[in-house]
Amino acid sequence: MSGAVLFDTPGPRARRNTLVANAVGGVVLVGIVVLVLWKLGQEGQLEASRWTSLLTSAAWVNYFLPGLQNTVVAALYAVVLSMAFGLFFGLGRLAPYAWVRWVAGTVVEFFRAVPVLLMMIALWLGLGFAKVVPAPQIPLVAVVVALTLYNGSVIAELVRSGVHGLPKGQREAAAAIGMTHTQSLRLVELPQALIAMLPSLVSQFVIILKDSALGYIVTFNELLQLSRQFGAANGNMLQSLALCAAIFITINWLLTRFADWVATRLSHRTSGRTTPHVAPPPGAEREEQVAA
Amino acid sequence: MSLFEQIGFLFTSYDIPAAFWVNIQLSFWAAIGALVIGTVLGLMRVSPVPSLRWLGTSYVTLLRNTPLTVIMLFLVLGVWGQLKIELAPDFNTNFFLFAIVGLAIYHAAFVCEAVRSGINTVPLGQAEAARAIGLSFLPAARLVLLPQAVRGAVAPLGNVLIALIKNSTVAAAASVATETSSVMKTMIEFNGNMTVLIFMIFALGYVILVVPIGLLTTWGSRRLAVSR
Repeated sequence: MSGAVLFDTPGPRARRNTLVANAVGGVVLVGIVVLVLWKLGQEGQLEASRWTSLLTSAAWVNYFLPGLQNTVVAALYAVVLSMAFGLFFGLGRLAPYAWVRWVAGTVVEFFRAVPVLLMMIALWLGLGFAKVVPAPQIPLVAVVVALTLYNGSVIAELVRSGVHGLPKGQREAAAAIGMTHTQSLRLVELPQALIAMLPSLVSQFVIILKDSALGYIVTFNELLQLSRQFGAANGNMLQSLALCAAIFITINWLLTRFADWVATRLSHRTSGRTTPHVAPPPGAEREEQVAA
Repeated sequence: MSLFEQIGFLFTSYDIPAAFWVNIQLSFWAAIGALVIGTVLGLMRVSPVPSLRWLGTSYVTLLRNTPLTVIMLFLVLGVWGQLKIELAPDFNTNFFLFAIVGLAIYHAAFVCEAVRSGINTVPLGQAEAARAIGLSFLPAARLVLLPQAVRGAVAPLGNVLIALIKNSTVAAAASVATETSSVMKTMIEFNGNMTVLIFMIFALGYVILVVPIGLLTTWGSRRLAVSR
């Protein structure tokens, strides 16, 4: 437990203080909950009909399930494409030629520094003018491409830092048995780096899923969009958005748990570090990965 | 029109720096809010008091897993639209303040994690050594543990600040119409033939804002790093 650093093992007096603080904290917590419920009740938000309409089959069949489906489909496309993008540019950053490293580095740093929403809006409107994608598909394509460019760049960074994070001895051993730079990368370093990366990839999926809600702004019919429509149609906006948030929280929480599980399972398959970590900030080129 | 004429046209027809100024203001106030809330939550999470620890953990789990867009809409359509809670009588100021609140409460969860990871970088031996030479809780925290923890939190806090600046564009979902993503949308809608140019202007604006912060925090965290 992290508190162990700051706090010594408590004696009788500290235990008593903790108990008192615990009670005070509990009372404050209950107070906040009561205050929120009181305000909700005052505005008539606790009326049963506003909540029960969320549980009808029509709500799920017409709104929440199609919305969830579109969210998940967009996220899955984005995950697969950003892995391809990330592997390509991550390897580019490890290439033995300086100009390849420079091009890959510029692309990755650029897309990591630009807000996803800007890319999404520019693609959405730009594709509308360019008329290369059938009109109904434009929001989906804009969401997927924008998510791919950003998250692909983050994954490229993870590939690079994953390879750099391996113990030096791996590369030296490969060189000692006569492997070339490319052979060492392909046969020794990358396989271990990719396994070490898996938990981080699952964590990245959480980010992709969350960012897919930005699709709401570019009229993509994802979960948030349809939840808002349901709330507007049934006069229970607050309840509908709360359900939408609850669905996102549940899925992301399960994915985070899965990432932790994968991390412990895989730790003996690689000499790299499997704990999920974040890529260094944009512009922090050639810096050692900072633990998070 | 040549490229330079197009750029000149765009900068004279639209106040692009003003749009960035809105995002900088949003980020500034939200960063202060997130830092305050996040630090309190972080301390709650490492405290020996179970109810406070539970509260901190629940906050982080709930807020970190909710998309920022959902939080923004919840504030504007739910808290303002349904519960009639108003932060300012003026329409635009009201949305601006709601956007700051949304950004602050969302990023507070990440600040909390940064603070916690900073405290976690301090080895247990440091605390034991501090107690061994007779320092009680406050002197040990003030003189030995927190100085090291703050240094360890610089890099993750820098990451949160960068994410916050980029996420300030999501204020568009809270009906803030003067910030960059909304202004860019209007500009592209009226000048479809210059889409790529308009996007590049805004994108480079963010590169200029974000990359120096990334370089600064990396430099700072290396300079301040405690060598162990």
